[in-house]
Amino acid sequence: MLLEALTLSAGHNAAVVVLGTAAFGLAAGAVGAFALLRGRVLIADAAAHAALPGVVGAFLVALLFGWNPRGSPVLLAGAALAAAGGVLAIQALATGGRLKDDAAMAVVLSVGFGLGMVLLSVVQRLPIGGQAGLKGFILGQAAGMLAGDAVAAGALALCALLLLGLLYRPLALLCFDADFAATLGLPVRGLDLALHALTLAVVVVGLGAVGALMVVGLMVIPAATARLVSSRLAPMIVLSALFAAASAWVGAALSAARAGLPTGATIVLVASALFAAALLFAPRRGLVAAALRRAERWKKTKTPGGVAEPPAGGSERSRR
Amino acid sequence: MRGLAPQPLEPALAVRDLTVAYGGEPVLRAVTWQVPAGALAAVIGPNGAGKSTLLKAVLGLVPAVSGEVRVFGSPFAAVRRRVAYLPQRASVDWDFPLTALQVAAQGRYRSVGWFRPLPARERQRALAALAEVGLADLAHRHIGALSGGQQQRVLLARALALEADLLLMDEPFAGVDAASEAAILAVLKRLAGLGRTVIAVHHDLSTAPGTFSEVLLLNGRVIAAGPMATTFTAEAIAKTYGAPVPLGLVAA
Repeated sequence: MLLEALTLSAGHNAAVVVLGTAAFGLAAGAVGAFALLRGRVLIADAAAHAALPGVVGAFLVALLFGWNPRGSPVLLAGAALAAAGGVLAIQALATGGRLKDDAAMAVVLSVGFGLGMVLLSVVQRLPIGGQAGLKGFILGQAAGMLAGDAVAAGALALCALLLLGLLYRPLALLCFDADFAATLGLPVRGLDLALHALTLAVVVVGLGAVGALMVVGLMVIPAATARLVSSRLAPMIVLSALFAAASAWVGAALSAARAGLPTGATIVLVASALFAAALLFAPRRGLVAAALRRAERWKKTKTPGGVAEPPAGGSERSRR
Repeated sequence: MRGLAPQPLEPALAVRDLTVAYGGEPVLRAVTWQVPAGALAAVIGPNGAGKSTLLKAVLGLVPAVSGEVRVFGSPFAAVRRRVAYLPQRASVDWDFPLTALQVAAQGRYRSVGWFRPLPARERQRALAALAEVGLADLAHRHIGALSGGQQQRVLLARALALEADLLLMDEPFAGVDAASEAAILAVLKRLAGLGRTVIAVHHDLSTAPGTFSEVLLLNGRVIAAGPMATTFTAEAIAKTYGAPVPLGLVAA
């Protein structure tokens, strides 16, 4: 069953789920790499949590107007509005030095999630149908994915990759040295806005498949894995996208093969298995490579007359 | 004979009555300073004197409350192509996945355009900038594997690659070893020889007179400004730091 799900031969719906989630992973990994380098991953987490009440609220509004509450465009719109509201709230709280950035994010994250859970419990008691699926927005339930959702995920991946490809150099310079970028005349605020918009798009599209609690994991963990494996920017971004897509593919297949496995949680565990492997075995930054280097140095100091080579840069070496 | 008199050159930088505040608290008060074109100018003062803020205000990175900044007689935005900025080394993430050459090449993007690959000729120019600071051999090394002084020189190479007429440097000598200091000093002298203008935030009182031709002594406001030889007096320095500072000592 797992093999069939992995190879897309476990039926049409399972194939849609696996392909759609993998396409989403591609976008999450690529955007996540830039968010990581810009130091903005916590914003993604806060936005995802803040999106939850938007989803439940949209469900209620849809009921009120007699629309199909399972229609995902309505829920996506609610999620997008609430997530954007969350980001604006963070900025409002953090400007003027009222709260530090991380505190502002923690406030928005917990208030958003709390509001979402309370609304969810209210909706759960209503004498209507269809609300059971809402729980999937917390930990992810890709099995509920429709063909339309998969297409949306694919379209997001395509748009995100195109935009990142086009803005590759300005965004890279923004992440590395924003002040220098500004002196060259780059629109630093506009670029940050574009990066935020991409992050929000990933969060909102990923909410259904991967879940509010897990979506940030699929943005950060593959990016961190890629950074362990590569010290070059372009390979790191490509690898991050591929690691995330592979994790999403395998995780979605696993959860399709075993009913009841939450998709987002499974995907994040697969991604973290890759991370652990890179942490151990990455060519230069891995723990094994570091241990081997230490052993080599130790052997040299033990050799009579041998002098241990100082590390690159010697005593003047700066913080890493 | 009027026609034969040399036209006075437009000053490279002219700041008039510049006031900058962070959150209501003024950091710079009514700063007025002119730097003639072709000068090597040092901005000197204690920590928190507003030295970095002055550079950032000139570059439009922090807004001014009031006052006027002219670069070669024009607003900065109109002549930004003639200006290069070298930020403080600590303001950059040195774990970022880039090589020394890739950082130096950032100084070529503006001329090349942001959306096409770097032509081989431009890559050569970035490499030449690295060679100027003595780092040609380390071009393909990850920036995190460089020493502090080498990292400082990579930022200098990027500023050189911009081929600017005015270079604003925030502590180019901070935390560098003797080899890097000599390399950076040589570049400054060469820039002066080419008629370029350099304005650098500087901390080392003992090396300042031998390196720079102009000086601004700053502590929130202008304490003294002008040619190094007549301005950099023990009295003015003591006034800047609020206490007598022996010239032989390095101010941290």
